[in-house]
Amino acid sequence: MLKTVRADLHIHSCLSPCGDEAMRPRALVNKALGKGLDMIAICDHNSAENTAAFIRAGDERGLKVLPGIEVTSREEIHLIALFDTPEDCTALQNLIYQNLPGENVEEVFGPQTVVNERDETVGVNRRMLIGATLLPLEQIVSMVGSLRGVTIASHIDRQAFSLLGQLGFIPEGLSLDGLEISARTSKEEAQKRFYAYRHYSFVRFSDAHYLEDIGKNITHFLLAQTTSEEIKMALHHQEGRRVVEQ
Amino acid sequence: MSFVTVFDIVNSFGLEIRTGEKRLKEQVTGGYASDLLSDVIAHSRKGNIWLTIQTHPNIVAVATMKELAGIILTGGRKPDSDTLQKAEEEEIPILVSPLFTFELVGKLYQMGISGKGEC
Repeated sequence: MLKTVRADLHIHSCLSPCGDEAMRPRALVNKALGKGLDMIAICDHNSAENTAAFIRAGDERGLKVLPGIEVTSREEIHLIALFDTPEDCTALQNLIYQNLPGENVEEVFGPQTVVNERDETVGVNRRMLIGATLLPLEQIVSMVGSLRGVTIASHIDRQAFSLLGQLGFIPEGLSLDGLEISARTSKEEAQKRFYAYRHYSFVRFSDAHYLEDIGKNITHFLLAQTTSEEIKMALHHQEGRRVVEQ
Repeated sequence: MSFVTVFDIVNSFGLEIRTGEKRLKEQVTGGYASDLLSDVIAHSRKGNIWLTIQTHPNIVAVATMKELAGIILTGGRKPDSDTLQKAEEEEIPILVSPLFTFELVGKLYQMGISGKGEC
């Protein structure tokens, strides 16, 4: 049976240098449940090291948490990658780590805190997660696809770090599953501005870096289960799964 | 501005010609430097020489659409193979300079090539 799922699938944790230190598992899960969300995804910049802790915290409170990464391509395009299993997500992380130069400068970019499911700090990631990988856009999209993941181009309405800002238009033949519209652009405006891309599914997520932003921009999906596989089906209008227009 | 061709630029600064050899005699109307393709679409003008570090195939489409005189990849960037293939098909000159953008823009300006000023 299909049911409507309220999802915010682009949330940063305290692992992202720009993510607030309060973005820890219990605090974040509580906030998401308080906002009436059924499903979230943790997508830190170029790393998934906090996803396991968030999945466990979500399990304890009955909130579905997907492991994800917001990958930065060589062209400085942000892409959301979502998975069902931590193993698939880690496989992408391994490829990223082999292609991510530099060390974080905490004073400039912010701390990159690794936590456990009880919100305790257990480590610090020293890589420059805010930087760009050496991976071409197409390679990232095909890697995520081969890992059965979902690829969504982040905040295409923004000038900075977006597919359209960096490359001007979407290259032909790119196997994206969807396009994310940020909170700063209304649904009506997005439909007008991105009319040429109406064959893609548009989704809205918060891109939250602070607790108070969680759930401020969400998408309703019609799904049988809260999995990334079902999200993918919905983005491609398969077997009744779909994005529910609000 | 005196009459400058793409060939003059190649000659003056020892650029490596990767594609578009047939079109080097075209006149350069000015220059534009940016790595955001959306920005180049918005602000470059016909006949401009374009300096960028982006190597994605979309640069060829932008140069074709805006009828640019050619693309200079700065900092010794190597174009992707599908970018080269597309540039051959569209006859868009792709040139490579070991200089970083700031240096090369300065040299082009001294040569008499200018931008269009403010937006």
